[in-house]
Amino acid sequence: MKAPDLLELATRNLRESILRNSLTTMGIAVGVASLVAMLSLGIGLQEMAGRRLSRSGLFDTIFVTSRQDFRGFDRDEGRDAPKPEELRALDQSAREEMAKLANVVEVFPEIRLMTEVRYEGKTNFAFVAALPPSAREIEAFEEMKGKFFSSEKAEEAVLSDEFAKELSKKPEALLGQELVVRYAERQPLAGGNGAEEGEDPAGFSVVRREQKLRIVGIIEREPYGGLRTVSRGRVFIPTALAEGLNVLQFSDLRGATRDQSDRKTYTSLVVRLANPSQVLAAQEAIKKMGFRTFSILDATRNMRRFFAILDLFLGIFGSLALAVASIGIVNTLVMAILERRREIGILKALGASDADVKRLFFVEAGVMGAVGGAAGVALGWALGRAINWGTNAYLARQELPPEQIWSVPWWLVAAALAFSVVVSLVSGLYPAARAARLDPVQALRYE
Amino acid sequence: MNAAIKNGSAIHAVNVSRHYRMGQTEVRALDGVSLEVARGEFLALLGSSGSGKSTLLNLIAGLDRPTSGSVEVEGRDLARMNSEELARYRRHTTGMVFQAFNLIPSMTLAENVDLPLRIAEVERGEREGLVREALKRVGLEARMGHRPSELSGGEQQRAAIARALVNRPSLLLADEPTGNLDSQTGEEILGLVKELNQSLGMTVVLVTHERPLAERFARRFVFLADGRLAEGTQTGGPGAGA
Repeated sequence: MKAPDLLELATRNLRESILRNSLTTMGIAVGVASLVAMLSLGIGLQEMAGRRLSRSGLFDTIFVTSRQDFRGFDRDEGRDAPKPEELRALDQSAREEMAKLANVVEVFPEIRLMTEVRYEGKTNFAFVAALPPSAREIEAFEEMKGKFFSSEKAEEAVLSDEFAKELSKKPEALLGQELVVRYAERQPLAGGNGAEEGEDPAGFSVVRREQKLRIVGIIEREPYGGLRTVSRGRVFIPTALAEGLNVLQFSDLRGATRDQSDRKTYTSLVVRLANPSQVLAAQEAIKKMGFRTFSILDATRNMRRFFAILDLFLGIFGSLALAVASIGIVNTLVMAILERRREIGILKALGASDADVKRLFFVEAGVMGAVGGAAGVALGWALGRAINWGTNAYLARQELPPEQIWSVPWWLVAAALAFSVVVSLVSGLYPAARAARLDPVQALRYE
Repeated sequence: MNAAIKNGSAIHAVNVSRHYRMGQTEVRALDGVSLEVARGEFLALLGSSGSGKSTLLNLIAGLDRPTSGSVEVEGRDLARMNSEELARYRRHTTGMVFQAFNLIPSMTLAENVDLPLRIAEVERGEREGLVREALKRVGLEARMGHRPSELSGGEQQRAAIARALVNRPSLLLADEPTGNLDSQTGEEILGLVKELNQSLGMTVVLVTHERPLAERFARRFVFLADGRLAEGTQTGGPGAGA
């Protein structure tokens, strides 16, 4: 028989004992629903944890420093170590090279400067720290008051909550106001200017500068969980803006004593990757370029292992209901054989082969599996949503921010459907074989 | 050999036996029967119940296999066919009619008649015409959409005949087709079978225990008793004109 005919006959047969078959199908649906609900929670929790980790902005980054700066701290380098000037400087060309490495999303310097902040005639000392555009994604900015920087070079500032309170009794009122930061700019010596005859012209001058900034936001938490140099800033400005300011950096002072002091170098660079799992490879590549690197170990690897085990257990518990449902399928189909003995005999007398009969029962099992699977996915989805909603209602009562603890990715839908059909087909194996073996002479004997 | 066999034998059974085992005892349902049926013949298998006539019919129908001996239909030995080949044989060569009609109650007449075509994987577009034609031939074209339960016994059996002939088989096998019908309806049914035998040239093997009825329609009789051929008339009755 052709597939469409088989399917039509099978669905017709299923409709004949609609109640019994619906109950069996419902059993499968409940089984699939429990599987989907369990796994969607497992996956949801995993995604939530992953989101937290990636938003911390710590696990997808490599901190790069020049080996020049730390020379002497490293004992194993011994006395044969290359001279500082032979070591590669962390300069613009190095930065460009790192940006070209595979999977690198951005490379930016960590800039922190000591400034004098003037607001409404009062002066405060404050560290200004620069943040890249990607910082918008990190946790600290999730619940900020106001907005993130409007552009990469916007002359705008985000204040720490603490600092905002120092500036004003009503921190919210600061939004949109202007403040002025005064800082030290590093200026190259123009045409040997400042260097006397016969002296080494290398060096730079330091000039006092002022920059107006409009306050656009206030954050409560320290960015990057307080684990980075820039975390402890009190005023945050866009990295590109900070770079343009040519602020005098610690490395400049060190460099001033060296030969290449006229070249601008970075104290440290942050290399951000698309995914935490890419950190190790990139770190190796940067080490080969001759720099010192540091990264927080790939924490996601252990997390993934934990969730794989969690999902496995959730899956096993979820599958139990499906296993029970599969016994229901066997029962229903064996009953159907008893009821449809004569019909099977007729089919055979009309020329249906054993294989045709077997396939018919198989398709019936498959249809129950597919329908039950689809209903189960819908039910499981609804169940997961309900659990998510309930959790968030609870979180809201505890005055905690909402969380997405539930996720049904498309592959879970496809896998649950496929699993349901496969389980049903396996359950149909025995009944189908039994139906195919039925002796038509016995089945058609007139009673 | 009589005249009908000369144009080729449709059925050629040699020394066919079919034994069953029921508990400790062996039942010899059929015991060394040899039979020749010519193409286009209308043969009646007569005998009391348990004589083995239905067993013989089932062997000819390819629903059962002989314990020993051979059953050749149109030159092919059914005993040597595997189950797939037997199914194909049933699909294309035979049409069966039963005492209990054996229509599928949940299907309309058209769907019942369509069933052999589905099994034979006839193209969907072709099927509707064939179904209509078969039902027209048995006079049930107007009742295509009815279910078997909405019809009289005679109509159900006519529908079963339409189902048996829709695949244009060369062999029509009828197992007590009048057993559930009153005598007048029974005659109508056998009249229809006879008509198909003559107009379509189908070879008919009719199993019945109603000898008078068989005598009116069949051209040749074979008597079975206790699984063996019994002595008896081999010529046609008054109604058995060629």
